[in-house]
Amino acid sequence: MLKASSSRSILRTSVSSGLSRSKLKLSASFATVADPPVRRYGGLKDQDRIFTNLFCKHDHGLKGAQSRGDWHKTKDILLKGDSWIIQTIKDSGLRGRGGAGFPSGLKWSFMNKPGWEKDPRPRYLVINADEGEPGTCKDREILRGDPHKLIEGCLVAGRGMNATAAYIYIRGEFYQEASHVQQAIHEAYAAGLLGKDACGSGYSFDVYLHRGAGAYICGEETALIESLEGKQGKPRLKPPFPADVGLFGCPTTVANVETVAVAPTICRRGGSWFAGFGRERNQGTKLFCISGHVNNPCVVEEEMSIPLKELVEKHCGGVTGGWDNLLGIIPGGSSVPVLPINTCAEVLMDYDSLKDAQSGLGTGAVIVMDKSTDIVAAISRFAQFYKHESCGQCTPCREGTTWMMNMMDRMVQGRSHSREIDMLLELSKQIEGRTICALGDAAAWPIQGLMRHFRPVVEERIARFRVDNGPVAFGGQLVNELDKTFAIPDNMGAHLPEVNPRT
Amino acid sequence: MLRIVSTVSRPSSTGRLGKVVGSQHSRRTFASTSAKQADITLTVDGKEVTVPQGSALIQACEAAGATIPRFCYHERLAIAGNCRMCLVEVERSPKPVASCAMPAMPGSKVWTNTPLVHEAREGVMEFLLANHPLDCPVCDQAGECDLQDQAMRYGSDRTRFHEITGKRAVENKDLGPLVKTSMNRCIQCTRCVRFANEVAGVEELGTTGRGNDLQIGMYVEKTMDSELSGNVVDLCPVGALTSKPYAFQARPWELKNTESIDVMDALGSNIRVDSRGVQVMRIQPRTNDDVNEEWISDKTRFAYDGLRFQRLTTPLVKEGDRFVSASWEDALAAIAKGLTASGAQGDEIQAISGHLADTEAMVALKDLVNRLGSDNLALDQVGGTAPPVHGVDVRSNYLFNSTIPGVEEADAILLIGTNPRHEAAVLNSRIRKSWLHTGLEVGLIGERIDTTYGYDYLGGDANALSEFMTGKSEFAKKFKAAKKPLIIVGSAVAEHPDAAATYNALSRYVELNKSTLVTPEWNGFSILQRVASRPAAYEIGFVPSKKASTTKPKFVYLLNADEVDPKSIPQDAFVVYQGHHGDLGAQLADVCLPAAAYTEKSTTWVNTEGRSQLGRSAVPPPGASREDWKIIRALSEVVGSPLPYEDVLEIRDRMWEISPTLVRYDVTEPTSAEVALAGLKALSVRTTGAKISGAIFQKPITNFYQTDPISRASVTMAQCTRSFVKGENYGFSDIGKAPEAAFA
Repeated sequence: MLKASSSRSILRTSVSSGLSRSKLKLSASFATVADPPVRRYGGLKDQDRIFTNLFCKHDHGLKGAQSRGDWHKTKDILLKGDSWIIQTIKDSGLRGRGGAGFPSGLKWSFMNKPGWEKDPRPRYLVINADEGEPGTCKDREILRGDPHKLIEGCLVAGRGMNATAAYIYIRGEFYQEASHVQQAIHEAYAAGLLGKDACGSGYSFDVYLHRGAGAYICGEETALIESLEGKQGKPRLKPPFPADVGLFGCPTTVANVETVAVAPTICRRGGSWFAGFGRERNQGTKLFCISGHVNNPCVVEEEMSIPLKELVEKHCGGVTGGWDNLLGIIPGGSSVPVLPINTCAEVLMDYDSLKDAQSGLGTGAVIVMDKSTDIVAAISRFAQFYKHESCGQCTPCREGTTWMMNMMDRMVQGRSHSREIDMLLELSKQIEGRTICALGDAAAWPIQGLMRHFRPVVEERIARFRVDNGPVAFGGQLVNELDKTFAIPDNMGAHLPEVNPRT
Repeated sequence: MLRIVSTVSRPSSTGRLGKVVGSQHSRRTFASTSAKQADITLTVDGKEVTVPQGSALIQACEAAGATIPRFCYHERLAIAGNCRMCLVEVERSPKPVASCAMPAMPGSKVWTNTPLVHEAREGVMEFLLANHPLDCPVCDQAGECDLQDQAMRYGSDRTRFHEITGKRAVENKDLGPLVKTSMNRCIQCTRCVRFANEVAGVEELGTTGRGNDLQIGMYVEKTMDSELSGNVVDLCPVGALTSKPYAFQARPWELKNTESIDVMDALGSNIRVDSRGVQVMRIQPRTNDDVNEEWISDKTRFAYDGLRFQRLTTPLVKEGDRFVSASWEDALAAIAKGLTASGAQGDEIQAISGHLADTEAMVALKDLVNRLGSDNLALDQVGGTAPPVHGVDVRSNYLFNSTIPGVEEADAILLIGTNPRHEAAVLNSRIRKSWLHTGLEVGLIGERIDTTYGYDYLGGDANALSEFMTGKSEFAKKFKAAKKPLIIVGSAVAEHPDAAATYNALSRYVELNKSTLVTPEWNGFSILQRVASRPAAYEIGFVPSKKASTTKPKFVYLLNADEVDPKSIPQDAFVVYQGHHGDLGAQLADVCLPAAAYTEKSTTWVNTEGRSQLGRSAVPPPGASREDWKIIRALSEVVGSPLPYEDVLEIRDRMWEISPTLVRYDVTEPTSAEVALAGLKALSVRTTGAKISGAIFQKPITNFYQTDPISRASVTMAQCTRSFVKGENYGFSDIGKAPEAAFA
């Protein structure tokens, strides 16, 4: 049901965006010196879509994929060589779609350091299909509907970085997706597209599928490598970076499914075509997954830098109860800070604009929350998630996520002292940037975002709890439940006057 | 068994392993000095410092004199980088950097003392203390606890952790009778896990669970079965792993530290004896990179309680079938009388030196026996009454010529009739280290053993050696191709019926392959002694002449000899036992003389490499017991041929006369290649035509935990025997069947 309706909406919206653009042109006519036309983003045309079987309406197998243009002249791309592929990717301005947004061409070029030919070690491309970020479901659609795009992407990207093999590390829960990808691999081998002489280019390339066991941390590139090696999924220290010492001690590049899957199309249609979408430094098209309180949650391919409001209104039928009913939007999956309504109306969906708004594009998973949401409970749920998914290796994350979860749990009730809000923020700062991997940051940011934009909500809840239950000491003890026969240490905050935010 | 090399890439210590790993890439050269590594210069707190390339940033900071707090980092273990305590600020790095995990880069500017660094470390400390119990008053680690020390510097005086959910609670683990666990205190630094996996070879110890539920423990419910398990107690920066025998016995500030030498095996591990009053409270390792690095075996560490039991404290004279305590005068007079009465003349006077005899005492006893006209100096081992097959004229015939650190340079090792894991547990860890991180190949001839590394099994007897010498087997080919091959011959081979044939074959093999086995830089023919006193006995020539060995003794002097076969001592002989424990030897004696144990005397010990080291007296000998050489000196007066030394300096002068190496402490003096080859040549001539019986080379040690009078008297070692050797319940964990009961 969802698939059908959302694809209809894509068709509908592409038409309407064309209209709005022509209206805009008319409005700037009286100025003597014409301003350069303000470019509006969004409204990706159907012919510019890369993923044409997102909703699995067509055949996901080799035949269907070829009818959609996959594996078309792949041999020619391969024969153009590694530097051409990497230069094309660099020209396209593609940035990693996994969340960090590192320029892909640059990243892939790390594999081809001067003198790499002399290194006897095998070289690997690892595809991160362990899509675990709450709110994100873009890779899943690719794996299910367009697996050949990914396989072809493996070959092209692998050729670009001179890899000998690609490993696709797929999330364990994705059973159907794994079946589709495996089917695609089999088909590609049978058709001679992979293997000893891939596509007849003389280039030898293998693709393997590995199913994970469902840990969020295994989406971190080095933890993924560890997991692929058969060890506990715990992030490695960097340096050395995977491009030097990665999977099985060999040069490795880990890339997101979407990043790799768009590579063949970019190579076919040219880097400048892809770079024509979106703002400078944020070029390209992107899959956005919009979930939450919208009328029509969907996964949609759109131009980068599309205004967030337009994305929600156009493709998802708007926020339930209208835009004014919006409370906030988390624009990039669970690990980026929430944005309040006024920012949501202005912000563009790209790396830089969201960064300026003190949030991030992340994976492009837009989580919309209307006014019925208990925002504190929502962020508290994220805190629980990160506590549960912390690998426990390094101290700040192991201890800090648990501590923050406990505090957030209490703040949902309001069972807290208002001074503890600052303490919570301080704790989140003690985690952020002190850990081996980015999970610590990801755990800290949603809470920082909550306190940045919704602090009055938390304060009010604490005040209400205090009215109902009397004063609360630090740590959530009710002062009237404390045993007065013991000496209560003064650092419990039991006798502090409540700070009233309203006065 | 898997060789894990994932740590190779990480910045390892600049120790020997670092060099070994580094030299893998640039093939080893023939010169023994490793290729000089380039140095890099960087600035730490405005101070320029130069360190070898590949050093970790933390080492550079240490070199610059900045103290970096750390919990997970340890020089001898792989880098984990997970405690995040060693954060420092590096120029052009937006975030603080874990200095243990970051290689030192030339030209970088590092600050270790900025507000950002302090704030970061204080944050980490707060997190560590959040779930750490505040039980320092009842914690054995208190006073020597890294967390406690660092908390004084980086901790807050008030906690902010008041959560109503409380602190984390973790069930304690039962790791056996040696290591006590209190897992609530664990800060998940994983030092113990890394030690167990990399050094001890216990691959079952690891982390389970994740996040805040991450726990250290055995993956399956079993004890930590390793000869080196006690080292995790030292490694643990908090009180999570403590010593079970030492539990609640003493506080570190009450203890007197005495640096001494271990005698439980022939490695001569450097130890620190911690004593309170007249009691040895515990034994800890001392760092010596040339011998034991930083590790000691469990027997070395935990057998000290045997020093309290079964001790001889007064001289005893046998009257009828019982011992009666006597004064020293009476006992010595009884010996003089017994000597006369037995009518022993010349070689009929026999002296047997045992496992724990110190060098000074053996020198004095040899001098005394020689003065009495006898050459009958036997060793307390199988066939010890005959001259040893390898002779004692050339040192390289009975010493560990490659030296202990040299084991790590070898690229192929052939073990013959030895189980290094039991005969020299710390040496075994070096073989494992090399096996893990380099392409070392190990072969074994002898009874099959459970090592901590994989090996090619070549056969059980001397015939397997002959086959190996033909060079047809795969391992033999690899061994021939090796640049630094090493043959480790167990001390038990010399006690074997096929000793002559084996040594003959070996000496011929070495002669044939001298281009790799014996070069000016490398001597790959090593004998691994297993008994602390034996190398010294060979050094001073404490062996019988051929004539003496056939003489039936009438007077037997047992110096610490507790392994003797009672049947080998003639019924009518007069037997004197000098030693510290009422073990087997004392039961055979007519007169027992109480002597000092190794913690109670300052004496010389020569290890299997021929390295002389000085042990030091930590506590006084109990009761009327005296230092060994003084007893013999006193006896020499009573029997009428006084020895010409009055104090310890004079006896050491006498030792210098015998062999200067005995008083050149802490160094090994290698035998030159020419002399070593000449010694082997003489050996092969001497043993020509020896027949092979085909008996298997048995392991000499069946129970690692009880090999000498001290460990046999030790309760802890008895528990280890029950738990690790017999696999029984070791005594405490029956109670209620709950693991906690073991920690009561």
